[in-house]
Amino acid sequence: MAIVQTRALTKVFKKGELGAVNSVDLESREGEFLVLLGPSGSGKTTLLRMIAGLEEPTSGEILIGGRVVNDMTPRERRIAMVFQSYALYPHLTVLGNIVFPLKAQGMEKGERQKKAEWAAGLLGIGQLMHRKPRELSGGERQRVALARAIVREPALFLLDEPLSNLDAKLRASARTELEQFQRRVATTTIYVTHDQVEAMAMGDRVVVMNKGLVRQIGTPAEVYDDPADTFVATFLGSPPMNLIDIGEATVGFRPEHFFPVSHLAGQAAVPADMREDARVGPYVPLRFLISHEEYLGAERILYGKLEGGRFDGKPAVSRMSSTHGAVFGSGSLHAFAVRQGDLKFFDRAQGTRTKPVPLS
Amino acid sequence: MSALGRQRWLGPAMFLPAILYVVALVGVPFVLAFLYSVGDVKVGSVGYHFVGLANFKSVLQSPTFLRSLRNSFVFTIASQILVLLGANILAMALKNVFPGRRFVRFLILLPWVAPVSIGSIGWKWILDSLYSVINWVLIRFHLVNQFSPPMYLGEPKLAMISVILVHTWHMLPFATVIILAGWTAIPKDIPEAAAVDGARFFRKLFQIELPMMLPIINVAVLFGVIFTFTDMTVVYILTRGGPYDTTQVLPSQAFFTGILGSDLAEGAAISLFLVPLLVVVAWLMLRSAHRAEVT
Repeated sequence: MAIVQTRALTKVFKKGELGAVNSVDLESREGEFLVLLGPSGSGKTTLLRMIAGLEEPTSGEILIGGRVVNDMTPRERRIAMVFQSYALYPHLTVLGNIVFPLKAQGMEKGERQKKAEWAAGLLGIGQLMHRKPRELSGGERQRVALARAIVREPALFLLDEPLSNLDAKLRASARTELEQFQRRVATTTIYVTHDQVEAMAMGDRVVVMNKGLVRQIGTPAEVYDDPADTFVATFLGSPPMNLIDIGEATVGFRPEHFFPVSHLAGQAAVPADMREDARVGPYVPLRFLISHEEYLGAERILYGKLEGGRFDGKPAVSRMSSTHGAVFGSGSLHAFAVRQGDLKFFDRAQGTRTKPVPLS
Repeated sequence: MSALGRQRWLGPAMFLPAILYVVALVGVPFVLAFLYSVGDVKVGSVGYHFVGLANFKSVLQSPTFLRSLRNSFVFTIASQILVLLGANILAMALKNVFPGRRFVRFLILLPWVAPVSIGSIGWKWILDSLYSVINWVLIRFHLVNQFSPPMYLGEPKLAMISVILVHTWHMLPFATVIILAGWTAIPKDIPEAAAVDGARFFRKLFQIELPMMLPIINVAVLFGVIFTFTDMTVVYILTRGGPYDTTQVLPSQAFFTGILGSDLAEGAAISLFLVPLLVVVAWLMLRSAHRAEVT
């Protein structure tokens, strides 16, 4: 078990170009599931490969368990990595794949066999030991890759989008399994993904990256509810946060926080002071001209424009549970609202969070 | 003609040239060689008498033939081992990105592109008994005796080594290109995974990369064996089989006996000894090609 730190870690692929990873400072916690989340090209995989020792940093330091590992080979770093493609050795059986890292360690045969059986048992692939990778399904391959990673009990797990090659249904169950598996073995894990659902569901903390920079590090709740800048605000959430420029500031609110006043009226039975919730403050009424609706089964997404006041003409999106039965025709105008406390304010030029500004 | 009728004729029509080619240039000579080998044909003779296995008997009794047969195997096996080693090392070096890589790749391909005869003549000069540049250099550095420098093509052992090395030089580019292709076909992730799994250079090479390339290496070796076993250019130009037939291989001996010695029947008998081996190699080749398709 170990913690990972990076200090001003930078990778520049071509001289004069912007770094793929720019001066990244990270520190994992013991046994933590740390997710690197970002769009493609954000530098998350490059960061992971530098930690693995597959890519040489241009500058900065990487520490594993308090030791600087910059000059160490992947072998010396005692890490295990699961690749997006799984990178199973096609000419070896499942057993051959799993024992390969142990052979490289010079472990003797009986011991190797025992360890391989333990790892295979942990992942429920004991019956596949003598198959070749090409005879396995996607889900089975992924388990073999995990078994190969876990078998020598590494100090650190590195996972590079290990679920992205699975079909949607399998991905959800594999996600839960992987998460439980990580809790059980309690090995510090760095997990790269571009899928925010994976990041939110699995991560103890999420590192949101864009263009080689770390935009925010926090628990899933922190990065979602309290985004550090407009990039994080729009990258997380689907549909993304509504952002509306007013003067020097940008106001943001999540589609699920933007709901019809009638919805509020439905809850009229609740005490009046709920409307002036001390935590979130009073409501900001907004008029919403609906252009179209998407019905997604569990929820409904409304697209349209705001009308009147400082928000006039700005596009906005509302998201509500399908249990809310109201009908919103195309082109109809409705009274919507956002709680004061659910409004986030950003500096318009920098995109960073600022103090609330008066709206009226 | 209807579209269907046209289709029925088009396929065979497109196929025909290939069949004609194989029949005229492979089938007919093969049948002819077989007929010659059991007859009494000489260059310029008009009749044909069936003599049974007499030619084969006489060939098997000649010490030169037995030496040629042995030499053919030595020549093929030794040069293929050298080619395989060299090609793997070269391919490994060339797969990396370095400045001037394209130029170096071009240089390495040159021996294959240049006609064997021209290349071999160059080598003949390099290895010549009087004008050898190698000896010239060695003498200048006082590494060999000025008055009896090694005769690369004049001493049996040295001549055999020279022939093998020159042939290796000629075959190397082809094998390098094939193996380089094999190497680039390995997904980048796999050697990386091996490195992360703790494998160092040799384990990665021998347990991961080479086994993955095995089908392609097989193809390179089998091609090499065929090219080498049936080739006589290098031997013919460098040594003419000499000294005292010590570098004679089956194709060159067949040529010297059948064409230059005008004993067509015996020459054909000698060359027919190539057939069993080539059949085996061709069968292996088809099998490994099929296997490469399946995986």
